Amino acid sequence: MKKYQALFTIRFSSGLQYRAAALGGIATQFAWGFMELLAFLAFYKANPGAYPMEFSQTVSYIWLQQAFLALFMTWFYEQDIFETITSGAVAYELVRPIDLYNRWFCHSAANRLARAVLRCFPILLVAFIVPEPLRMSLPPDLGQFGLFMISVPLSLGVVVAFTMLVYISVFFTLSPIGVRIVAALLADFLAGGIVPLPFFPDVVRGVVEILPFAAMQNMPLRIYSGHISGAAAVRGLFLQAFWFVILVVLGKLWMKLALRRAVVQGG
Amino acid sequence: MIELKGISKSFRVAKREAGLKEAVKALFARQHETVHALQDVSFTIGDGEMVGYIGPNGAGKSTTIKIMCGILHPDSGGCVINGRVPWRDRVAHVRDIGVVFGQRSQLWWDVPVADSFALLKDIYKVSDADYRRSLSELTELLDLKELLKTPARSLSLGQRMRCELAASLIHDPKILFLDEPTIGLDAVSKIAVRQFIKKLNQERGTTVILTTHDMQDIEALTERIILIGKGRILLDGSLQELKRRSASQKRITFEYNGPEPSLPAGTKVIERGPHRLVIELEKEWLSVSEAIAQISAQVDVVDISVTGMSAEEMVAQLYREYAL
Repeated sequence: MKKYQALFTIRFSSGLQYRAAALGGIATQFAWGFMELLAFLAFYKANPGAYPMEFSQTVSYIWLQQAFLALFMTWFYEQDIFETITSGAVAYELVRPIDLYNRWFCHSAANRLARAVLRCFPILLVAFIVPEPLRMSLPPDLGQFGLFMISVPLSLGVVVAFTMLVYISVFFTLSPIGVRIVAALLADFLAGGIVPLPFFPDVVRGVVEILPFAAMQNMPLRIYSGHISGAAAVRGLFLQAFWFVILVVLGKLWMKLALRRAVVQGG
Repeated sequence: MIELKGISKSFRVAKREAGLKEAVKALFARQHETVHALQDVSFTIGDGEMVGYIGPNGAGKSTTIKIMCGILHPDSGGCVINGRVPWRDRVAHVRDIGVVFGQRSQLWWDVPVADSFALLKDIYKVSDADYRRSLSELTELLDLKELLKTPARSLSLGQRMRCELAASLIHDPKILFLDEPTIGLDAVSKIAVRQFIKKLNQERGTTVILTTHDMQDIEALTERIILIGKGRILLDGSLQELKRRSASQKRITFEYNGPEPSLPAGTKVIERGPHRLVIELEKEWLSVSEAIAQISAQVDVVDISVTGMSAEEMVAQLYREYAL
């Protein structure tokens, strides 16, 4: 365990170095968050009753999404992992007494956390002081907040386990671009990254809500505002745990296959 | 103890002729070609040995090393290192080995070298006491004191290679694989690296397997060489043997005044010019001093130099012999 801790620490601390990138990210996320909220506000003003979420719930959803973007974004990948595979430097990873899947999992989770820590506080601070109706509200009660706190790490786990599959695919395709773009866009859409899942048409929603993508940001962001609560929330956590386990097992098996057939590139 | 028996490995490589037409054709029917990287490779290396593994580019050196490190699975054949099959028992196996790939880096680019070392310490679960001892020893032997606080990206190639060596030895491995450790280094750094490897082998008794294109590395370090070409082992013997085989081929260069001398029996002309003659001794019964005596009896010799065959030439000759 200590080795993973060490790997986590070195990645986390090097992720904290990039202050300018964090500032840029914060600015982008403010702009994006406001824009989205203003668009939603216009819709809600036209017909407040026509939407599946209350406006205040949508507001919390979007602010949290922007604050914790680094944890949940499905389109963010570790460039060094891709390079390690395509350049053949993976040879050095394989002469270490450590499981490669766990090592990369740790690496990406650490980087996402480091980025989130740098970005979330200023965004949350502003989200709580902007004037109504754009102000973010507190969760309905402490229990709900507790569920939210369990759901966040589970989401992170599902997202990282998903990106691991994209990394492993590079052993076979040698170019990350194709798989990465398709996977990233599709996953972002189906996870509720563009429009929250409750806004999807009913027919589609029935299917989408049980996919692994629904176990990503969809859960914690809706649990926070109480849109999913009580037994439904607990079921949600189980869905997340289920997909987390499935994706990890799938990834590990696939990794094993990839390494058996691996060709280390470049001599 | 390293034992390889009948290891074979082939890769499938996509191939096509140059040109747009062929590229379009390859969209529909991809042509593959099987490259036999290793064919029936067998050898045994004992504990504490230092072995030079040589061969031209693409001969299969790195593939063999990667199989011995547990990175690649061979198609057939067996390999047992210290009682383990590397690729089947990878995690346990790699704890006992250290590897330096001369063309890659194992140091974290953005952080000071010492941080990379500390991380390796945790990955290999080295105890604090062992780590301190190992690090101070390596720091002294490789002169790393000034380098430890520097991020890897700001090191020169020679400095980096010294750090790479240290990084691969923090966990005190029993076997060290060096894949072209002196590639691109200047003369001073090369000598430092060689001295260190030699010391390591003598003092810690580490088994060292070295691949290189630099024959001076081989001359300075290894007793035994294994020559591989086109995926097969061609020669496995001592460097001394190889040297003895070609030692009789001494070359003598004369600068002289006077008419062209006649050649002593048992010699061959390599080069003949006005006032210059280069001969090679072909027969063992003719000694260098005898040949010199015979020539200088005929002409007024101004300058003489005698050269043996360098290891470089010996290997080039071997490659030619085996048509590699």
